[in-house]
Amino acid sequence: MRRIMKMKTINVLFMAVISYVGLHVNYALAQMEHGETGVNAQVGTVPNDARDPHEYSDGFTLTDGPYAQPGPRQLKLADEHNFWSVLGDRFEYQEANESTVYDFQFWYGNTYDRLVVKAEGDIADGALESSTDLLWGHALSAYFDTQLGVRLDQYDEGESRQWLAIGLQGLAPYWFELDVTAYVSDNGQTALSAAAEYELLFSQKLIFQPRAELNLYGKDDPDYGLGAGLSDIALGVRLRYEFSRQLAPYIGVEWNSAFGKTADYRRATGEGRSDTQIVAGLRFWY
Amino acid sequence: MSDPNDMTGIMLPRRRFVQGLAIGGVLAAMPPVLQAAELSPQTHTGSAPVLRGKEIDLVVGQSLVNFTGVTRLATTINGSIPAPTLRLREGDEVTIRVTNQLSVPTSIHWHGILLPYQMDGVPGISFKGIAPGETFVYRFKLRQSGTYWYHSHSGFQEMTGMYGALIVEPRAGERLPAEQDHVIQLSDWTDEDPMRAFRKLKVQSDVYNFNQPTFFDFTRDVSSLGLKGALSKRRMWNQMRMNPTDLADLSAATFTYLMNGTAPTGNWTGLFSKGDRVRLRFINAASNSFYDVRIPGLKMTVVQSDGQDVEPVTVDEFRFGPGETYDVIVAPKDEAYTVFAQSMDRSGYASGTLATHHGLSAPTPKLDPVEWLTMTDMMGGMSHKGMDYDATGGMAMTGMNHANMHDGMSMDHGQHSGQNVKDMHHTEHNSLAKPSSTVRHARTEYGPSVDQRVDTPRTSLDDPGIGLRNLSEKGLRPQGHRVLTLADLKSIAGVLDDDRGPVRELELHLTGNMERYSWSFDGLEFGKSTPVSLRHNERIRIILQNDTMMSHPMHLHGMWSELETDQGELRVRRHTIPVQPAQRISYLTTPHDLGRWAWHCHLLFHMDAGMFREVVVS
Repeated sequence: MRRIMKMKTINVLFMAVISYVGLHVNYALAQMEHGETGVNAQVGTVPNDARDPHEYSDGFTLTDGPYAQPGPRQLKLADEHNFWSVLGDRFEYQEANESTVYDFQFWYGNTYDRLVVKAEGDIADGALESSTDLLWGHALSAYFDTQLGVRLDQYDEGESRQWLAIGLQGLAPYWFELDVTAYVSDNGQTALSAAAEYELLFSQKLIFQPRAELNLYGKDDPDYGLGAGLSDIALGVRLRYEFSRQLAPYIGVEWNSAFGKTADYRRATGEGRSDTQIVAGLRFWY
Repeated sequence: MSDPNDMTGIMLPRRRFVQGLAIGGVLAAMPPVLQAAELSPQTHTGSAPVLRGKEIDLVVGQSLVNFTGVTRLATTINGSIPAPTLRLREGDEVTIRVTNQLSVPTSIHWHGILLPYQMDGVPGISFKGIAPGETFVYRFKLRQSGTYWYHSHSGFQEMTGMYGALIVEPRAGERLPAEQDHVIQLSDWTDEDPMRAFRKLKVQSDVYNFNQPTFFDFTRDVSSLGLKGALSKRRMWNQMRMNPTDLADLSAATFTYLMNGTAPTGNWTGLFSKGDRVRLRFINAASNSFYDVRIPGLKMTVVQSDGQDVEPVTVDEFRFGPGETYDVIVAPKDEAYTVFAQSMDRSGYASGTLATHHGLSAPTPKLDPVEWLTMTDMMGGMSHKGMDYDATGGMAMTGMNHANMHDGMSMDHGQHSGQNVKDMHHTEHNSLAKPSSTVRHARTEYGPSVDQRVDTPRTSLDDPGIGLRNLSEKGLRPQGHRVLTLADLKSIAGVLDDDRGPVRELELHLTGNMERYSWSFDGLEFGKSTPVSLRHNERIRIILQNDTMMSHPMHLHGMWSELETDQGELRVRRHTIPVQPAQRISYLTTPHDLGRWAWHCHLLFHMDAGMFREVVVS
C-alpha cells in the first residue's frame, strides 16, 4: 500500500476524470432517452414540492408510539435480509490456445449494498493467471451500481500486483449489460476496462449473446507487455441453451486483438497480434 | 445446487406443471430428504372439512403432499389443503384455539374480519406470534357476515398450504337463497422452497417468465408492421428496460394452480341438481397469482365482493387477485360445466367442474395468448390523447410533448380542465369532495428503489385490465362477453353507512424496481418506513397511485376500504382493492378499532419485499 501513496498526480487526475465520467454515464443515458421520447418516468431530480414519505406518521415509528409491540422490532421482511448469488458467466475451453477461461461473479448483500467479487482468469499448461476484483457495490440509480474496491492480479510470469478499482455496473437502455471499471495500480499504472453484453432470445431457452470487452492503459508497461492507450479488444458471440434458467451449455466464437504497443510486445514474444477461436462452455448461476 | 427443494435442475415437462397430477395425495416419489418426515401424515386435499360453532380448535403442523409427482412437506391446518372451512355465525363471540406443532413460530390472520387488533394475527404488529408448542386463543365477536378467509401471516407459510375459507352466516339468513353452496378456493403451489424462489427473483427477476419477446416475434412484427413499426413498438420498453410480458413474477414454470387443493387433472367437482341455484364463493387464496375466472356456458351473477353484498351484476368473467373474494350465483341447465381460472400471465390454469354427478366433465378452454402490456399500463392517462386501452407501443409515443409532461400535471385529466396546478393546491384542503388528481411523488421515489414514476395516471375503474380488454372483438370470447370491472360494483343500500365526507386525504404511491426485485410504498420498503397514523373514527380518504407496471391487490387490515370514483362518489366496500398499472384510485375509511394494523400488497412476494406499511389508529 505504501506504493499507492506515491501515486503520481496525473494518475489521481485520471482517476477523478474516469470516475466522474463513469458516474454520469447513467444520467447521460437517461437524458438520451428523455430527449428521444419525452419520458421522464425514470429520470429527473426531486421537485421542491415532493411529498415527505413520513408525512403521515405523526412522529411515530415502527417501535415507538401507541400500541407498538414491546422490545426490539420483530417484523423484518426481505428488504432487511441479505441474499447471495454466484454467476458463472463464462466457464469455457478455448480451443486455439488450449486454455480454460473462467469469469465468475459473486455477490452478498441487500438490494442496495453488496460485497461483489469478480473473478476472471485462465489456466493454460497448468499455470493460472487471474484477476480478482473485491468491491463494495452501492446502488446509484434504478439500474446502476457504483463499485469501489481493489483488484488483485496474479501472473504466471512477472510480479503480481494490486490495483484500486472504481467502477460502474448495470443495465443500460436497450438491455445492454455494462461493466466499466477504472484502476490505479501500486506501481502507478492506470487502466480502464469495459465490457458489454447483450442477450437475443431465439426462443425462451435458446439465447444468443454477443459480448465485447476492451482494455486501456495509462502508460507503457514493458514488464507486463502492455502499451499505453487501447491495448486489446475481445469480441465474442455465444449461443447457449438453457436447460434450466440456471444451467446452460454454450458454444461460441471469440476474436481477440491487441493494439498499439501491446501488439508490438506480443509480436516480440512471438505471439500473434490477434486470434480467433472456438469456445465451448457452461453458463450457470445459483 | 444441493438444495433439495430446488426443482429447476429437473425441469419436469411443462405440461405436467400446468396440469399437475390427478391425485394430490399419492406418493409417486419419495426423495431421501423426506425420509425423516416419513412419519408426517398425509395431507387431505380437495373440498375442505367444515367446522362450525363458537369454539374451534385448529392445529398447525406439517404433512405430506404431492401435487406434481414429487412429495413435499406442506404447512397445514388440521392436516388439510385448503384448511377447514369455518362456518361461523354473525353476532357470535367465537373462541378459536390455534396450537402450533411446527418448529417455527406461526400465526393466523382472519382476512377481512373486523376485530380487536390483538386478534388480527400479524406477528410483530398485533401480537408476538404463536411460538412452537404454544396454543394461542383468538376470541372475537363477529360483527359482519359474508365470505372471508384466513391464512398464516408468518413468513411464506401461507404459500405452503396455510389458508382456509371463513364464512360468517348472516343472522337473518342469506339474503339471496340458493339450493347449493360451494366454496371455490383458488391457490398456487410450488415444489420449490418459497425462499429459494424469492432469492432467484432477487438474482434474475424474469427467471419464471417464459413468455418473453423473442427475435422471431420481432421478425414477425417487421413483416406485419415494417421495420420502423416493429422498432417503434419496442422502443419504449427497451429504453425503459421493462418487459411487456411482465404480468406475473411467478408462473406455471414453478406453480401448479389449484382449485380447492386440487390440480386441474384431479378435476375438483361441485355437485348440483338440475334447477338449483348454486352459490359459488370464490376466494383467491393464491400467494402470487391473479386469476381470470369463467364458467363457459354459464352467466355468473355477482352478489358479494369481499364479503359485502353488492347490487347483483351479471357477468361472464371476472379477474381477482390474492385476498379478494367474489360470491356469484349461477343457474346451471346442463349436466356439466368447467370452472376455468387462468392465471393472469396465461402460463397455466386451475380448473374444476360443476356437474350433476361425479365423473362428468365439460371441455376445458385453451389458455389465451399472452398480450403485451400497453401504453395505458405504462403511462396511464396518456390514453386520453386519442389512444384506447389497446394502443400498442408502436403508435403510442408519437403524440407526446415532453414539455407538457414535465411536472406530471400538465396532462389534462378531464375533470380539471382550465384549472392550473397552483389553483388546485390551494383548493385542495377546502374541497375534499373529489379526490385530488394532482400527482405528488414522494422524494424517496427519485432513487434506486424506483424504476419508474407515472405522471399521468388514470382512474378508469371500468378497465377490466390487460388481457381482458375487448375480448369479443379479438375473437377470444363469444359476442357480448362481459367482464366484471370495479365500476360494476356497488354496495347494496345500508352497507356504506358512514356518509361523512373525508376530513383529510392521504396519498401514497405503489412503487418498485423489477430489476432489483424490490417493492415498496413511496420508494421506501417496510424496514425504512414509518407508520401511517390515523385518528380513531376519523373519516379519511386514501389515494393509491400505482407507479409500477404490475397490478397490486392492496389489503388494509382492521377497517374497510370504501372505493369511490374519481368524482368522489362512494361505490363499494372492500377489504382488498386491486390497483392496476398506472392507475390512481381512492377510497374512504373510518378506523373504528384502535391499534396497529398491517397494510400491504397481497402478492406475498411483493409484501415480503417491502410493499408493506403499518397503520396506527389512536
